[in-house]
Amino acid sequence: METLTFLLWQLVRFAIFLAVALAVTFPFLYAVLAAGERGEEDRSPAGLFWRGMFWLVVGLIVLVAVFPFYYAILSSLETGTALFRVNYLPESFNLANYRDVLTRPAFVRAVGNSVFVATITVIAALILAVTASYALARVRFRGRGLLLMTILAVSMFPQIAVLSGLYELINWLGLYNTPWSLILSYTIFTLPFTVWVLTTFMRDLPIEIEEAAIMDGASPWIIITRVFMPLLWPALVTTGLLAFIGAWNEFLFALTFTISENQRTVPVAIAIFTGASVQEIPWGPIMAASVLVTVPLIVLVLVFQRKIVAGLTAGGVKG
Amino acid sequence: MANIQLRNVVKAFGAAKVIKGVDLEIRRGEFMVFVGPSGCGKSTLLRLIAGLETITSGDLLFDGERMNSVLPSKRGIAMVFQSYALYPHMTVYENMAFGMKLAGASKEELDARVRRAARMLQIDHLLERLPRQLSGGQRQRVAIGRAITRDPRVFLFDEPLSNLDAALRVATRLEIAKLHHEMRDVTMIYVTHDQVEAMTLADRICVLRDGRVEQVGTPAELYDHPANLFVAGFIGSPRMNFIEGPIAAEHGCATLGVRSEHLDLVSEEEGTWTGRVVHAEDLGSDNYLFVDMGLSEPVIVRQPGKVAVAMGEQVWLRPQPGRLHRFDGNGQPIPVPMAAE
Amino acid sequence: MTTTVTAGSMAGTRSGESGLERQRARAAFWFLVPMLAMLAFVAAWPLLRSIMLSLTDADANTIFSGSYEWVGFDNYLRAQERADGTIRWRGVLVDASWWNAVWNTIRFAVMSVTLETILGLLVALVLHAEFRGRGLVRAAILIPWAIPTIVSARMWGWMFNDQYGIINHMLLSVGLIDAPIAWTARPDTAMIAVLIVDVWKTTPFMALLILAGLQMIPKEMYEAAKLDGIHPVRVFFRVTLPLLKPALMVAVIFRLLDALRIFDLIYVLTPRSSSTVTMSVISFQNIREFGDYAEGSAQSTILFLIILVFVTLYIWLGRVDLSGERSR
Repeated sequence: METLTFLLWQLVRFAIFLAVALAVTFPFLYAVLAAGERGEEDRSPAGLFWRGMFWLVVGLIVLVAVFPFYYAILSSLETGTALFRVNYLPESFNLANYRDVLTRPAFVRAVGNSVFVATITVIAALILAVTASYALARVRFRGRGLLLMTILAVSMFPQIAVLSGLYELINWLGLYNTPWSLILSYTIFTLPFTVWVLTTFMRDLPIEIEEAAIMDGASPWIIITRVFMPLLWPALVTTGLLAFIGAWNEFLFALTFTISENQRTVPVAIAIFTGASVQEIPWGPIMAASVLVTVPLIVLVLVFQRKIVAGLTAGGVKG
Repeated sequence: MANIQLRNVVKAFGAAKVIKGVDLEIRRGEFMVFVGPSGCGKSTLLRLIAGLETITSGDLLFDGERMNSVLPSKRGIAMVFQSYALYPHMTVYENMAFGMKLAGASKEELDARVRRAARMLQIDHLLERLPRQLSGGQRQRVAIGRAITRDPRVFLFDEPLSNLDAALRVATRLEIAKLHHEMRDVTMIYVTHDQVEAMTLADRICVLRDGRVEQVGTPAELYDHPANLFVAGFIGSPRMNFIEGPIAAEHGCATLGVRSEHLDLVSEEEGTWTGRVVHAEDLGSDNYLFVDMGLSEPVIVRQPGKVAVAMGEQVWLRPQPGRLHRFDGNGQPIPVPMAAE
Repeated sequence: MTTTVTAGSMAGTRSGESGLERQRARAAFWFLVPMLAMLAFVAAWPLLRSIMLSLTDADANTIFSGSYEWVGFDNYLRAQERADGTIRWRGVLVDASWWNAVWNTIRFAVMSVTLETILGLLVALVLHAEFRGRGLVRAAILIPWAIPTIVSARMWGWMFNDQYGIINHMLLSVGLIDAPIAWTARPDTAMIAVLIVDVWKTTPFMALLILAGLQMIPKEMYEAAKLDGIHPVRVFFRVTLPLLKPALMVAVIFRLLDALRIFDLIYVLTPRSSSTVTMSVISFQNIREFGDYAEGSAQSTILFLIILVFVTLYIWLGRVDLSGERSR
């Protein structure tokens, strides 16, 4: 009875929450729709008003998306008391925090570990996934749909559910506190993800090219390596990049399976960054480290923007 | 080079039968065209011969040898696809050489064959290009060249012209006809839904409908002696006029068929039938008159040269003697064509 | 007349006729084996072992020596008879801190996914409109997605800082609050902080998925509505939303599954806060920090079962075509 009233009360609260969220969003939604309807040429007062509202929405979105990272860069360039004085525009250009971070052997080591682990994980996943996704995309067999669903399910299930079993396995293999423990465990999510995305890409290749290759006497292996791979390399790059980002960002396994400072990966290193004393959190160096490990990712993502959007929506899975 | 036999060939996708028992013999060096409306199974039949689909039951023989479970590449066939299906990342040369390279041919032999095929199709200057640098017509030539390089005993074409524009289609059609003359001993099977292509290219035509063979014969046989109402309506352009009702009954049949060029415009005294002109199409060389005779559809009359007929004018028609096709209620022809009175 | 190359069953025995069919079936089998073996090794086996460990009394000292004992479902629920004869129930299923974590997880998942869907829809509509600089806006949107979760937790942690944080500074200067708030430490604001960061980070992903759905809707639909003079908001609710529903359903389920297993953001942004601790976090703490493999595994197993039931229900009720097989 008590639980029931509690749940009912929570439902009411959720309804209120939903109503408020919708009410706050609706004017913006209305502005976007109304402006889209009127087009850019409309010079009437109403047209200009909705156009203005539209640009306001665009401005807000960009501001919210970019500001936290901008502020991190801003903070990373400040030291001492300047760091603790809130400012919205750049006031100082002090690279001391970067110098601090880059002279910490543990951090440099962590970057190296992350690069190593993510690279090997991605290469291994791609090798296993290319042939598997050919079979899943191009050969019809009973239970294919079920198999695809299972693979998708593996990439979606909670990583914590395998943690103790995996811990046992990694110890048994003698891989505890080595990068190989991470390479092995990251396969849990990179492999299903790459199989899934490559399968959707592979499905879209024209069937007649494959049939032409069959007529030319190509075996499935030849079709994959000599015909499909050259056509798929943009998809391979995209999938590989998404899997790389996933491996680069992973935290739970890295926290569990590495213990010593020089085996850590970047996320763990940043999460347990320590300063001179235990009480004091070294915000400046943390921001500098954050910027350092994020800038390459952002550059990559922006360079491969279009392909990544295609890959994300093909996979429908968070990278 | 090969004589192809199909014996009671059936293809089913799950419960749906697509090919419902086809018996067919294709002679050595023959140009055979499979024609029929979309969904009739003509492409499936071609793919069964190619080995891209598995035959559910029945036999496929090349020169008496059973081919049902032989790999496509081991059947001695080459295929030209509708979308050309060139490998986009390989040059024209590599496209043409790929099959032979996989078969382990020597470099010299491969080079000689590719260049010979390229010369035949006048694409030798394109050998180093990639498919995306070629026009549609050139791509189609490369696709044909790739097939020739394989030196096949059977040549398969799957609607190869349907992606080309009208002018190029005629030119390529000619090219394929020429190819057939030059490769006299290669059996060619050509799938199309366009009966003009069928009529102009074929030694023999196989008309398919709903997974069954309706008629096999030379273009002239099909045109002059259609085996049934379907073939009569499918072959020939404009379509054969079908007349039902009292006029057909007069001739002792359920449907009376008469081609548009077998109807003459005559004076009132000589006329057998009459009606009003509801529409006219002037094609320059010919005139098509649509004459409403009070039937469900107007009758089409083909008149050579210029004809001065006003819209709505009453005209009199006389079918040419011996050119009437009579069909019974099941669409089967009634033999001995009856002359018009 | 389009037909894919078919190849009987995996064993290739159905008709056993075609060389091609058998060749492809055999190749498909060998192509799948390494991948499936790998997944069995790193996913299926550890999952089974985790479930088995949840039925033992394994701890940090006994797990490797194998000297732990089988205890059945005691980790989940067991009766304890006290000296005075009364019965006390113990185990995860009657553990208040566990139920608190369950409740936090559900609260977090429902609220974050709701907000992300609404905002994602808004952002997707903006990106779907045609305007100069759209590419730049999309690039800006991708930035939160590209930033590692741990980094965003740290960045926002700094912004939420009670003394020097810019959020407090902003709110103070516009007069919304009159004293700094310890966002990540206070029980009543910790969840809000977590939600803000998660919504910030994940809305772009949602927006891109919804945008892909929007782009599938034929333009003619809008043009026809425009010619008929129907108000755009009406068009949105009558045409766009119903056509968008399948894409939206897929996006929501992916996000919900992701939200239910959240760990890293909460572990770094609001450590030790009982008002944000989730199922993954509490299970991790038991396993890694207290070495209580038995109880941690029991908790992770329950989470796994909850997600399993949830997915099954969702697919069954919503008839969602996740694999994209049916549309083929």
